[in-house]
Amino acid sequence: MYPAGFKLYRPASLEEALKLLDGFGEEAKILAGGQSLIPLMRLRLVKPSYIIYLGGIDELRTIAVDDGMVSLGALTTHREIAESRVVAEEAPLLREAASVIGDVQIRSMGTIGGSVAHADPAMDYGAVLAAMDGEVVVASVKGVRIVRFEDFILGPFTTRLEPSEMIVKIRIPRHGNWLTAYEKFAVRPGDLAVAGIAVAIRLEDGIIAEARIGVTGAGEKPFRAYNAEEALVGAEPGDAEAYKRAADEVYKECRDAPSDERASSWYRREIAKSLTVKALRRALDGA
Amino acid sequence: MATGNGGAEKTRVRVTVNGRLVEAEVPVNMLFVHFLREVADVKSVHVGCDTSHCGACTVVLNGRAVKSCTLFAFMADGGEVLTLEGLRGSDGGLHPLQEAFHEEHALQCGFCTPGIIMTLYDYFGRGGDASEEGLRRALEGNLCRCTGYVNILRAARRAAARLRIPRKGLGV
Repeated sequence: MYPAGFKLYRPASLEEALKLLDGFGEEAKILAGGQSLIPLMRLRLVKPSYIIYLGGIDELRTIAVDDGMVSLGALTTHREIAESRVVAEEAPLLREAASVIGDVQIRSMGTIGGSVAHADPAMDYGAVLAAMDGEVVVASVKGVRIVRFEDFILGPFTTRLEPSEMIVKIRIPRHGNWLTAYEKFAVRPGDLAVAGIAVAIRLEDGIIAEARIGVTGAGEKPFRAYNAEEALVGAEPGDAEAYKRAADEVYKECRDAPSDERASSWYRREIAKSLTVKALRRALDGA
Repeated sequence: MATGNGGAEKTRVRVTVNGRLVEAEVPVNMLFVHFLREVADVKSVHVGCDTSHCGACTVVLNGRAVKSCTLFAFMADGGEVLTLEGLRGSDGGLHPLQEAFHEEHALQCGFCTPGIIMTLYDYFGRGGDASEEGLRRALEGNLCRCTGYVNILRAARRAAARLRIPRKGLGV
């Protein structure tokens, strides 16, 4: 179906975009890569009066490394992230998540800023950004604020963005020297995750000194599984008992896993549990 | 066209389609697939679904495969697009992908074929190898309702051999 008509704005700078957004507020929708918004508009589930298209704002299309963080402009596409050498070296979990979003055509257009703003509870970036304590940089005419990713997402398709605000950057701590894996399970290729688990492990003297586990798809929103992380600290790589303890904790922490047409709550929890072991094995294999 | 957008605002869109500049005032809510079919008269680009799943509308925009049904025409403004009509072999005849699809009988009804060929064009162009896994992953966004996938994969491997693409490479 054709989307309903709208009034189009194509700002050439961030400043101009923020001014427009300040004027229109909730009447306006921001369009980046369109891979979530356009399907919703085609089904006429969303009919914005104004569209502010960010495609002309090149300053939002950057990948940079600074003060311990990898910083991605909101318009960076999943494909650019998946193909970036800098991301592969400094934020390997993000590269892995980006490379399994949707299908290649969707990755060519879809952006990280759009994905985070859309706040699908099964977004692949969710597990990674939760695990590594990623940050969302938000701007309005009043200025810029930084919100921790896990706090930024309030629930399904709901964020802390005010109507006059937009995401300008996503930041994630560099983790090139951690042992990492992102495991996703979807019913069919290209589907959203039934569940996805990101793990990152830092070893000291051959034992697990720090563990991070992020979960997507198996909760009201992506989250960090703190108890599961705790269960791993002090264990050696290859300790199957420790992996099982962590997986059991993940299962417990997924108590809010939703039931919908793709999977029941119980199934999502079981999948999250088994993906935890799978991800730990892959991250720590041969360590 | 059955668009139901009579009153919609218009905007100017200039796109190079298979080397030819196409410029028009079009409704802001016109999807790129309709721009290609109805304004640029490029009919290999198909509308196969309403949900961005099927990939029959796949074209290569600025070097990357995209679903032209999930793009407003204005989003392609200033860009360069390649569709099946723009593919050529080095001798000016069929492109090796087209030849291989012909030889392996990799199409039944043919509706999905242009999209699949454009996806493979992008994949091989960016160093994708001819491994089973690589090809299957590359084609995740393209559906063939005749379920002719076996011959499609055969054709992809035949084209790869002709394009001197390794059976198993470093991956993309």
